[in-house]
Order: sequence, then structure tokens, then C-alpha cells
Amino acid sequence: MRYLPLTPADRTEMLSVIGAPSIDALFADVPKEARLDGPIRGLPLHASELAVERHMTALGRKNTVAGEVPFFLGAGAYRHHVPASVDHLIQRGEFLTAYTPYQPEIAQGTLQMLFEFQTQVARMLGTDVANASMYDGSTACWEAIGMARRITKRAKAILSGGLHPHYVSVAKTMAKYTGDALDVALPELSAETDIDALIAKIDADTSCVVVQYPDILGRIADLTPLADACHANKALLIAVVTEPVAMGAIRAPGEMDADIVVGEGQSIGVGLQFGGPYVGLFGCKEKYVRQMPGRLCGETVDADGRRGFVLTLSTREQHIRREKATSNICTNSGLCALAFSVHMTLLGEAGLRRLAGLNHAGACRAAARLAKVPGVRVVNHTFFNEFTVDLGREARPIVRRLADEGVLAGVSLGRLYPGVAALENGLVVAVTETVTDEDIEALATALEGALEGALAA
Amino acid sequence: MSINQSGWKPTAPAKGEGAAPTFTGNKALMLEEPLIFEIGSTKTTGVDFAEGDVAHDRLGDLTRKAPIGLPGLSEQETVRHYTRLSRQNYAIDLGLFPLGSCTMKHNPRLNEKMARLPGFADVHPLQPVDTVQGALEVINQLAFWLIDLTGMHGVAMSPKAGAHGELCGILCIKAALEKRGEGHRKVVLVPESAHGTNPATAAFAGFTVEDIPATPDGRVDLDALTARLGPDVAAVMITNPNTCGLFERDLKAISDAVHAAGGYVYCDGANFNAIVGRVRPGDLGVDAMHINLHKTFSTPHGGGGPGSGPVVLSEALSPFGPLPFTERHGDGYITLVEEETVEDRHPDSFGRMTAFHGQMGMFTRALTYILSHGADGLRQVAEDAVLNANYVLRSLEDVLDAPFAASGPCMHEAIFSDKGFADGFSTIDAAKALIDEGFHPMTMYFPLVVHGAMLVEPTETESKAALDQFIGALRSVAERAKAGDPSLKTAPHFAPRSRLDETLAARKPVLVWKEPAPVAEAAE
Repeated sequence: MRYLPLTPADRTEMLSVIGAPSIDALFADVPKEARLDGPIRGLPLHASELAVERHMTALGRKNTVAGEVPFFLGAGAYRHHVPASVDHLIQRGEFLTAYTPYQPEIAQGTLQMLFEFQTQVARMLGTDVANASMYDGSTACWEAIGMARRITKRAKAILSGGLHPHYVSVAKTMAKYTGDALDVALPELSAETDIDALIAKIDADTSCVVVQYPDILGRIADLTPLADACHANKALLIAVVTEPVAMGAIRAPGEMDADIVVGEGQSIGVGLQFGGPYVGLFGCKEKYVRQMPGRLCGETVDADGRRGFVLTLSTREQHIRREKATSNICTNSGLCALAFSVHMTLLGEAGLRRLAGLNHAGACRAAARLAKVPGVRVVNHTFFNEFTVDLGREARPIVRRLADEGVLAGVSLGRLYPGVAALENGLVVAVTETVTDEDIEALATALEGALEGALAA
Repeated sequence: MSINQSGWKPTAPAKGEGAAPTFTGNKALMLEEPLIFEIGSTKTTGVDFAEGDVAHDRLGDLTRKAPIGLPGLSEQETVRHYTRLSRQNYAIDLGLFPLGSCTMKHNPRLNEKMARLPGFADVHPLQPVDTVQGALEVINQLAFWLIDLTGMHGVAMSPKAGAHGELCGILCIKAALEKRGEGHRKVVLVPESAHGTNPATAAFAGFTVEDIPATPDGRVDLDALTARLGPDVAAVMITNPNTCGLFERDLKAISDAVHAAGGYVYCDGANFNAIVGRVRPGDLGVDAMHINLHKTFSTPHGGGGPGSGPVVLSEALSPFGPLPFTERHGDGYITLVEEETVEDRHPDSFGRMTAFHGQMGMFTRALTYILSHGADGLRQVAEDAVLNANYVLRSLEDVLDAPFAASGPCMHEAIFSDKGFADGFSTIDAAKALIDEGFHPMTMYFPLVVHGAMLVEPTETESKAALDQFIGALRSVAERAKAGDPSLKTAPHFAPRSRLDETLAARKPVLVWKEPAPVAEAAE
């Protein structure tokens, strides 16, 4: 077996040093009835690289690759071009095969990168501080709700109808066990966000309001009035950013006085990967830092007075506080944070703004083109790189039909909100810099065909 | 060549003795690297974009005007920055990484290549299921093998890491209890030697955590545990093999007692590497166990994740597992069971734990690993992991206190204590000296049940030559600690940094870079 370096002679010699007659003797503590004799049944025997590669490649070929077709899916995961050097750098063995930096003297590479990542994230989100990453945006979101409960000592969270439905589902799951009461709503297929409705719901029991920016339908609204209303009631505003590239074009939630800003960092550096691994972003105001979940990297000095970095404030964490920890999170998303940070460094502010501008321009062109398709109504007034169209009939079968024709048209609201009749005609269309004008034309033409066909039927 | 004070062997000159300090602060290949904020510019970018307009006409009045403060570098500078940083890291690719309970084994590069196939890497999680049958098949195949290897009934694939998996298992238990009308069971019993995530997870789910004592031979005290069982106990969380590197011989008896008392058994599967292919937790009465794909199944740790923590479940708990999951039909077609189908197919599910389907990139790597090893290779993994750990244990027990060595062989990791070190010397001093020897230290001061614990897990992917070199280094360090060699107190001497001031970091947290104050102001 190519990964196992011990030879039969090594094994014999080592057993004699140990003083054990056989390998089986080392498993003496395993009760007889629990021991398996011989290789586990059902599994094939070991295989060559070539054989395994053949098997996996065949499986991979069964999927429609996003980059090979006109592609418009978003709704929490976005396809962006990732420069070649990002993947090269994250595959350096010193990053790829290192552990969580518990021994800082020989982990300064990871630690300095995390310090840079934290700073980049805080600046993008407009917060004072950010942590060293969470699993993904959805889990960062419910961790933020829990953090708001600890800070305000209240347990009623108001969730915007514009919050990604998977994020709502995750929060609902967790709330069943943590005692949080969630006030949830469905989005409406209209141009307006639900900011005013959220403000009307805030009361003296509210721990936080959770709002997505841009929201699940792609709409953007000024969060300042909502932040003011939260603070007037001593509640916190949690903003959720699922498309961080938008931070290159629109004001950051922190700038609008959000207290905690969480996000999905996948767009920058990470890639689609069928949903994971991704990287959760978590920033907040400095005064709340001791209630944050997850790892934090901080600056310090070594015994010779040189600058260095360590994991810090670990008295919040499970390995020190055990059942009193702010979260049970341990392993997070370090390598994805590196990918994010490398891509962000390549972009820089100038690149991020340019990238965001290209995304928005493409989305504007697509919205204008789709508005000309008979039977299609563009729902949004405002959007960044993603908007919703009303097809006048159920969108889900149309998405499936277009997929058969080789166009991945977007995410139907029927997929996200199964059984909700008021939303079933909605289709969320994302347009990033990877989408060409030909792709837009292909989508428009295919939609025309499908809608005509549907009309004729 | 100087002889060090304690006189065991010649050492290289410490800090370039006799050399003048360099202009740059660099020491040949040991390179200092500034922060990107100190070398980059917000006007520089390392990415070229297509020409074209960048209108802002549908942004409402929310166009970002204020500077963001994100420095950019050219591609060459970026590659150099991160390459220089990478060289300040220790990693498995550089040498043995004996961090106990973390299973730092070799990460096969075929896994990386397979995860990057466009058919897996460039696929959106919400594509129509017809267009992602290959991806769903990877999840389904891996699920099948995980069930097979553990002898369990079902598996939840979506948990993002080990601790997330623990939460999944505990939520299954909570949902099952509520379904039985026994939501009043509020106590979870956790051994003192458990990972910190165990009590943190149980507390998060609203349970009260109580410790179970250990026996002098490092295992769960069956009598004490049995005596504590009762109508208020929801579950027991046990790590097997445990964090002392020992197999819990009584686990089946424990499971039977817990089940008889109406509770469930959660097994922390962090140490599954020791028994994969040789023992199936399902045969020991376990109800739920998370599997760290980033330990046993070799997906890279990446400096702190991403992990992946599928949870195998017993027949009693499977109905309560989270969404989504895959279902294979007779014709080979695979469907996703999500919110819309759950009421017909999985009405007792406790719900969704994360957006999308889990750590797909880790699934492709783990499946590649399993297929590469096969049934025979996986069994050999457990055997070599246990052989290597016992070889370390028996090669060092004459010089280091090994509290459980007398009770028999260990499993995949060997535990030592700092008993016998000179006054004022502790585990940390030995650990930092190991850094100078070119090794990552073992896990320090964990588990808490052993004084000054040193937990050494070599894994199966180390050769005998690598083990012998490590044993020689740890022996030398142990002898110096016992003799009170003062140079240990200031180790490491040859790392990119000497010991870092963690107290300062926590007292005055500096978590983000800030522009230094202008010189004139600073002088005031």
C-alpha cells in the first residue's frame, strides 16, 4: 500500500522491541466479540492511483460543469474566476498539511495569514474586528443569533423574509434547542424589502434583527433606519452578506451601524464545490469581542521583542471553558480563509471595486435583456449581481427544461421555498464576471422558447 | 562547535554566534515578512479584468464611497508573500507531527487532484439534481462505506467538522427523547478525559453536564457510571479509543447499562483511526458517532480546517437525522431529500444544520482515500497506527513516566507525564525543545487526567526510521528536562520566533492591523 511505509521486516522488529508476539496482541483490550476477523466485507481491496482516478473521473463526468454552460445560479453560492495562483498557494504543503496553530513559534505563517484575513474581513464588512473564520455563512448566522442572546440577555430574534431560507432553517433547528424564539417571515415577490415591517416588530424583548444584504431576491436597502430602531430598543442588528464581492460596490453593513456582520466568503477564492467547504465570515463591534465564537488571532511579541501572532482570548473557547464556552466550534475553515485572503490580496481594493463594477454591469445588461422576453417581469428595483424575475408561471419546471437544453438558468424560488404558491413563479438570476453577453443571449432565447412553449401548451 | 551546558552532545552555534546582525533581519533562508498592509497599496491589483463599463445604476443610493483599505499586490509579490509565510510553518510534509488525538497523517495528493476535477469543484449546490448525479453518487457511496465500516444503520453527511457532528448526534438524541415523551432527561455524562467539545456541545443543546470519574488504569469507571444512571440521564458521551490512547474495554457493558436505563450512547469518533477495519462501533452498542474525515480519512487539516464530521447513527436514532440526505433508487438514480420531501420521507428529522449538502470537497477526498486503501489497506492503517504508537511507548517508557504502560498495550497514541522532570520544568519545556529538534510537539496538558500530559500520536504513515529519529530526540529532551538543563526554559532557540507572550495578547487584544499613528503624534 503506497501510503504505508512500514515493511514486514520493520513490523517484526518493532513487535520484538514492544515484546508482543503479534499485532493481534496489541488489540488485546478489544473484546473478542467486537473484533473483526479479516478484511471488512463488501469493500474492495486496495487500488492503484490509476484505477481510483478512473472511478472518480467517471463520477465527475456525470455532472454538468458550471463553467461549460451558460450559468446563472447564485442564492448563496457564486461562480467567480479564481486566479491560478490562489490554488497553487493553498496547495503548498506548509499551509495544506499544517494543524491549527497551537505552537505559534512554528506556525507564524498560518497565524500572520489569519491576522491579515481578520483585518481584510473587518474592513470589507465595516466592523471593528473579525474572527479567524466559521464553517460557513449559515452557521455563522446562527452563532450570531446566539451571541446576541448572550449580550442582550433576551431571546427573541426577528429574521427578515429576505434571509436565505437555508439560513432560516439552520436557525430554526438551533432555536429548538437553545430556547430562542424566532419571528420568521416569507419574502414577497416585490421590489421592496421588508425593512419597515422589521422595524415595526422590534420591541423590548427583541435580542436582534437578522437581515440579509443584498437579500435572497437580490434587493438592497439602506440598513441605517433598521440599526437605529434596533439600538433605540437595545437590540442588536445582525447583517448577513452572502455575496462579499458586493462589498466592492455598496456600503458595508458595519458602516450603517450593524453590530454583528456575518457572511459567506465562498465567492472570493473558494469556488463552488457543490456547497462546501466554504468559509464563514464573522465581524462585530469591538465591545462585543469577548462574546464572539471561534478562533481569534492576535498580535503580540516574542521573548526577544519581535512581533509575532498567537491564537488569543481562548478563554471563550471549548478547550478551556468546556461547557461554559461561547461555542463548541473547534476546527473551522482555515484553508478556505487562506484562499479568501490570497484572492483578496491579488484583487486589492482597486481590483475588488473593478470586479464588483463588472458584476453589476453584467447584471444590469442581463436584467434589461430578460425584461424584453415576453412574459418575464424583473421584480427588483435595486440589485447588485443578482435579481429576481417573475415568469408568470411556475419556474421550477422551466429551470429543469432549460437544464436539459444546456442552460443553467438560475435558482427557482420553488426549490428554495417548496410549496409556497406565492413564490413559485420566481427565478433568481445571478450574473458574475464569468457570464458573457452570449450566455445572456442564450438564457433569453431559451426562456423565450420555454415560455412560448408553455403558452402554447 | 560548542558543547552545551548540560553536556550531552555537541550543538550547532545558537544564533549565528560570531556573526553580525543582518541589515534585513533575515537569516539566510529564514526570511522576515511584513504584513500585506505594510507592503501593498489600495491602487495595486494582481488581477487583469476585461474592459467594459462598470455602471452603478441599480445600487439605489448605496454606492460605496469611503475607502475600504484593502491593499493589493501584483501576482509575483503575492506568490512571494505567501510562499515566505508558508516557510514559517511546520507541516506533515516536513516531518512527523505527533499531535495526539489529531491524527496528523500523510495527505495523499491524489485526493487533492480528484477534488479539483471540474465535475466536483465547479458544480453549484442548487443545480437541478439531474445535472449533479455524479456528485450525489460520491456522497451516497461514501455514506455507504462509512456505514459499512462502522456497522451502523444510517449516516448524516452534512456536519461541517467534528464538533458540528457532535452537535448533530446530540440533537438526534434530544429529538428521540422528545419523541418518546422523555424530554425531561437533562443530564449528559462525560468522562473527565473527554475533548472540550463534548461538554460544550451538550451544554449548547441545553443539557447539564456531569463528569464521570476514571479508573486508575485510565478508563471510564463502569461502576461509578452505572450508579449514576437513572431517569434523568439522556446520554453518555464516550471517546473510544479514549484520549489516553486506551480502548474502553467495557464499552459494550456501558452501552447495555445506558440502554437499560433509557439513555443513548454517543461515541466521539476522533480516534477511529486506531480501529478502522478491525472494530465496528455498531457492535459495541453505540447510537451515534462522528467521524472526522480530516483525521481517519486523511483530508488535510489546512492550518485549522476545513474539517468534515459525518455522523453514523443506530437504527434508533436514524429517523431523527438532519436534512438534506441522498437516497438511491433501484435504477441507480439518486434523489436529494430536502425540506419539500421531508414530511413524506423523514418526518422525525430534527431539521437542517447548514446550508447545502456538507463538505463535498472533503467527501471526494475521503472516498478517494477509502478506494485507494480498500478493505485490506484500511485494516493495515489501524494495525500500523497501533504498532507505531506502541513502539514509541516501549522505546521511551524507561526515560519518561508512562502512567498506563503497565496496564497493557496502548492503541493509536502513547501518553506520558512530566513526572520526574527537575523542579520547575514541565511539559511545555520539553515540547518547545522538540521544536528545536525539528519536530512539531505532541499534544500538551491534555487529557486533563494526567499531570503534564504528553500525548503522542505518530500515525501509520511514519516509517520506522522517522520514528527512531523522533524517539531519539524526545529521549534527549526528556533527559535534559530531568537534569534541569536551563536552556530548555528558553527554547525554542532556532524557530522563526522564540516563546510568544500570550498573556499580553489576551490582555490587550490587537486583532486587526491599524495604521500606525503619524510620527509627530506618536512623539507627543
